[in-house]
Amino acid sequence: MYRYDAIDRRIVDARVAEFRDQVARRLSGALDEEHFKPLRLKNGLYLQLHAYMLRVAIPYGTLSGTQMRMLGHIARRYDRGYGHFTTRQNIQYNWIRLEEAPDLLAELATVEMHAIQTSGNCIRNISSDQFAGACADEVDDPRIWAELLRQWSTLHPEFSYLPRKFKIAVIASETDRAAMRLHDIGLQLVRDAAGAPGFRVYVGGGMGRTPFVGPLIREFLPAEQFLSYNEAILRVYNRFGRRDNIYKARIKILVHELGAERFAAEVEAEHARVLPLGIDAPADEVARIRGFFADPPFETGLADAVDLSDPDFGRWVERQVAAHRVAGYRIVTISLKPVGGIPGDATAEQMEAIADLAERYSFDEVRVTHAQNLVLPHVKAADLPAVWAVLRAIGLADSNLDLASDVIACPGLDYCTLANARSIPVAQMVAAVLAPRERELGELKIKVSGCINGCGHHHAGHIGVLGVDRKGVENYQLLLGGSGAEDASLAAILGPGFDEDGIVTAIEKVVDAYVALRAPGERFLDSYRRLGAAPFKAAVYGEVA
Amino acid sequence: MKLLTGNDLLRGDVLWWTGEGWSLLLDDALGLEKSTGEAVLAAEAAHERVSDLALVDADWVDGRWRPLKVRERIRGFGPTVRPDLALQGQDWR
Repeated sequence: MYRYDAIDRRIVDARVAEFRDQVARRLSGALDEEHFKPLRLKNGLYLQLHAYMLRVAIPYGTLSGTQMRMLGHIARRYDRGYGHFTTRQNIQYNWIRLEEAPDLLAELATVEMHAIQTSGNCIRNISSDQFAGACADEVDDPRIWAELLRQWSTLHPEFSYLPRKFKIAVIASETDRAAMRLHDIGLQLVRDAAGAPGFRVYVGGGMGRTPFVGPLIREFLPAEQFLSYNEAILRVYNRFGRRDNIYKARIKILVHELGAERFAAEVEAEHARVLPLGIDAPADEVARIRGFFADPPFETGLADAVDLSDPDFGRWVERQVAAHRVAGYRIVTISLKPVGGIPGDATAEQMEAIADLAERYSFDEVRVTHAQNLVLPHVKAADLPAVWAVLRAIGLADSNLDLASDVIACPGLDYCTLANARSIPVAQMVAAVLAPRERELGELKIKVSGCINGCGHHHAGHIGVLGVDRKGVENYQLLLGGSGAEDASLAAILGPGFDEDGIVTAIEKVVDAYVALRAPGERFLDSYRRLGAAPFKAAVYGEVA
Repeated sequence: MKLLTGNDLLRGDVLWWTGEGWSLLLDDALGLEKSTGEAVLAAEAAHERVSDLALVDADWVDGRWRPLKVRERIRGFGPTVRPDLALQGQDWR
C-alpha cells in the first residue's frame, strides 16, 4: 500500500489546522455561513437533511486494517455507530457535529486519511478496480497510476475551480469492475505489440442528468506521457467547459457538443504544448510508487482446493470468492447487502471485525467497491472457512454478489438534501421480493437513485430506478438495459413511473418476463438487448408488444 | 400555514421555530403567516446560529403539523429506514 511521505503528511496536517481555525471562527461568529460554507465543503463536510455529513476519501478504494479500524472508531466516537460506503469507493458519516469535525479530521490524519476534494468543482477521489494486484487478467497494477493521479490532482492550483466536479477511473483489465467508461476520464492500461505499457483514454462519460458512455479519444497513450496528457485534457476542459449553466458544465457536455474527434484534436494540440514542460513523472518516481504496490509475501506451494461439503459455505464460495493470480489464494468480496439492510452501511463493530480479518488473512488490505461492497484481496484458500465464520458472526456472509439483492442505492431522501425520493426503502423491498429466486435469475444488477444526479448509478443498472418528485409525492421511473461493465450501455426509461409499491411490482413483472423469454445462458441484460424493450413494456404496462 | 425551519449550527439538528425559540420537535412548531414568517426568518438569519433557514408549507391535521412535502416530513422525523435514530413520537407519513 502507498504510505504518506513528508509532503503528504504536511499537506494533510496543515489542512486540519486550517479547518480547525475556520470552524473556530465560524463558531465565534467571525465567519458567517455564506463565507464558511465553501470552506467546510472543501473539507468534505456537507449539511444534509438531519445533520452534517462528512465524506472521507478512500483513494482508489484501498484501506489498511489500521485505516478500517479508524473508520470504525470514527463511526462510534463521532457518529451514531455506523458509516455508509459509497459508489465512489468512499465512506460517508451521517451525524457529524461541526464542533467535533476538526478533531475527527485530526484523528483521520493519524492514519493517512482525509476528506480533501470530496466535494466541489475539483478532481475527486480517483477510483479503480477493487481486484487490483490480485486478479489474473490485469496487465499491471492500476493503483500505481491512480496514486500518481492522486498526487498530481491533490490541491492542483490550476484545477481547483473547474467548471464542475471531475471524476477519473483507472483500470488495467479487459473486465471493467470500476464503471470506467462512465467517468469524466476513463483510463484503461494496456500493452502495445512490443509489450510497452500505455492507456486507452476515454473522455466524457458520466451518469446524472445527461448520461453518456465515454468515447475513446486516444487508442494508445504511452505510459510515460500519462500526466501530461491528463493535464492537457483538464486544460481543454477548463478553457472550453461551460460555466454559465451548471447542467451543461460537465466535460461530457463539452465532448458531446464538440464531438469526440474535435475534442481529441484540441487535447492533442494542448498536449503538444504541455509535453515539453516536463511535468510527467520521472521513471524513478513511478518506480518509487510502484514499490508501494509490490506483491505481499505470498507463500508458494499452498493447497488450492477448498472443501465445499458444507452447502452454505459452498454457496458463499461460489458467489463471493474469485480466482486469484497466485495459486492457493482467493479474492473475497464481502457483501454489504444483507437482505433487509441498508446497501453500503456497516457498523463500527463490523468495520473493526473486517479490519481484523484484513490484518490476519489478507496481508492487511481491504478494498471498497463502487457497488458498495468490500473486498479482502489476498486470502489463502485454506483460510476461507475461518473468514466465512467471522463474516457469519457479524452478519455479512450473504452470498448475493451481482444478484438481484446486491442492489446499489444512494442515501436518497432519507438523508440527502438533493434527493427527490427515498431510494433505500425501494432497494430493500426489491431485494426482499427477489432474493428467494435470485440464483435462478442469475446476474442482475439493480441500481436505485433518489434523484437525477444518479449517485445510485441507475443509468448503469440492468434494471435502474430513478426517484422523482411528482407534485410533492415520491414517484419512481423504471429503466432497463444499462451496464457499467466492459459492455457499457445506458439504461432507457421504460414508461410512466410508479409509486413506492408499484415500482416493486413493475420490477417483478420485468423479471417474470425475462424468465419466460430468456434463451439458455442469457443474463437479463442479454435478453433485453436481444429482445428490446417491447416485451418488457408489455409485461409491465399491458401494452401489445 | 408556514413553518420556519433550519439546522442547528453546532450539531446540524433539524430545528423548528416555536415563537420563543427553537425546538427539535415538529409538534412544537408555531404556524406563521407568510409575511410574519419572512420577518422572523430575516431576524434569525442575522443571528447566524441556525443554517439553511426556510419557510415550509404545512397543514394542521388531527392536532399536529403535517408539512406538505415528504422531504420536510422526513426532516421532522429522521431517516425512515432507521426509526431507531428518529425522533420518537413524530410521524413522517
